[in-house]
This record gives sequence, C-alpha cells and structure tokens, in this order.
Amino acid sequence: MAELLTPEIMSWIGKTDPPLTEEISRRDIRHYSVATDQRLEKYLNGDEAPPLFHSMFFREIKRLEQLEADGHVADTLLPPLPLKRVMAGGHETTFHRPIRPGDKLTATRRLAELIEKQGRTGPLIFVIVETEITAADGEQILSERYTRILR
Amino acid sequence: MVQFDRIQVGDALPERTHQPGNAYLFCYNAAIWNAHRIHYDHQYVTEVEGYPGIVIDGPLQADWLTQVVGEWMGEAGRMVQFKVSHRQAAYLGEKLRAAGEVTAKDEAAREISVNLHITNEQGEVIAPGEAVIRFDAE
Repeated sequence: MAELLTPEIMSWIGKTDPPLTEEISRRDIRHYSVATDQRLEKYLNGDEAPPLFHSMFFREIKRLEQLEADGHVADTLLPPLPLKRVMAGGHETTFHRPIRPGDKLTATRRLAELIEKQGRTGPLIFVIVETEITAADGEQILSERYTRILR
Repeated sequence: MVQFDRIQVGDALPERTHQPGNAYLFCYNAAIWNAHRIHYDHQYVTEVEGYPGIVIDGPLQADWLTQVVGEWMGEAGRMVQFKVSHRQAAYLGEKLRAAGEVTAKDEAAREISVNLHITNEQGEVIAPGEAVIRFDAE
C-alpha cells in the first residue's frame, strides 16, 4: 500500500528536534493539577507533578500566526503530510522519577515511525514520536513512545 | 493505604466518574497550551471535522487512568510504567468512568500490574490502559 507515505516523507524517520530545556515551576504544576481535577494534595500544592504532566510541556511555543487552520501547532518533527486531522492514538511511558518544581529538564524528541493503515473511513497515518526527558545532571526522568493518528 | 502483602490479583482499584464541562476542558487545554479547535469550537468540530460534538482530549482521559493508580497506591508504591490506547472518541457532556483491577503480582520484584479502562455510558471501553507499580521493601 503505502501510497501516501512517499520515500521523501519516509526519509524523515529518525529525525530529532533540537533538545528543549525548560524549568518547571510550581505554578505550572498547579495549573495542570487543577485542570485535570487531581485530588492528591502533593499535586494540587505543586510539590510534585502528576505522572503525565510532561505530555504537552515540551513543545515549542509558537506565534499565533503559526497555528494551523484547526488551531493545532504543526509538529516540527514532521514533514508535510497529506492527511491533516489529528487524533491522539496513545502512548507508553516509563517513569524513572517524578518531576518536581525547580527541575530544569531537557526533552529530546525523535520521529520513530510513520505507518500507513487503511481505516474504516479511509487511510490513516500513524505517527510515533519518542521522547526522552533528563534532568540537568543527566539523570533520566522518563521515556515515552507517543502515537498520533492522522486521518 | 494499600499494602503490598495484601494485594491480590483481581482486586478492584477505586473508580471515579468524570463529566468535564466547557470550563474544565478550557482549563485543561490552556494548561497544556493546546489551541486545537476540536476541544472548544462547536461549529468547527461539527461542521468541518464532522464530529458529533466537542471532543474530550484523549490525554486527559489518560490522566484519569493514572489518577486511579495514584489514589489507590498512595505513597506506598510508584508507577514505573504506563500505557494507554485511545480507541474511540468521547464528547462534551458524556459521563466517563475510570477504573482498573490488579492483573498480576510479582512477589520478587515487588511489582503489581493493573489493567485500566475508561468506559462510556454505553459500557464501551474507549481507552484501555495498563500500568506497573513498584512497591518499596517494608
């Protein structure tokens, strides 16, 4: 099959983004904790980040004019793809230690796979991105494989 | 708080029902800095994307699964692995149940495996997940 994924597109597999370093504030954690309706005090107080706090944190903040027509930010890891509508596919995460306020963390993202599949309503492209997050001293915080589905 | 020695395969984790409204979804997408219109623009999501309503973020449902684990294990354990698949969408107004149960116990590694699931009001599992929790030696 693979009609949508041209050799040019497939040549993007393995690409990595420049590592992104961010300092985590208690306020960031509290926003996330309230917005996910957490009930544990350590999260609501921002003493520790909920396990999935990082999931959208390490994306570059873009200017408004760089948003796509559907409002989402084009992922710099991806080549222009013929399907535009994005859905969350799922993810698999290995945790080494929790994120805490004051942590200065570096995320490295890599385009691991592009897979074309035939869905019920037409073709789908599965985009799999791997993320490694480390602390300033090199300690591993977590690693993740995240799947998005384009239709 | 749960104790490793007392955990048995088949134990249910405490479940919780979520029914986020507009303000909730707004706060969530603001917190994760996500301007994707399917999560707040009713006209866009129904007329352009053809969904029946505003879409509840998949990663938010994933978070609810981790909360099932977090509230169950307290400070006794720590989650070392988590996995989720988004099988089916959910829309604003839906009532979603987050629950789970123990599927395996590894005495030597002091690890517990659990199955997790988000279920909609039709009883369909829309987001299954799995987690591994490690308990410190007493």
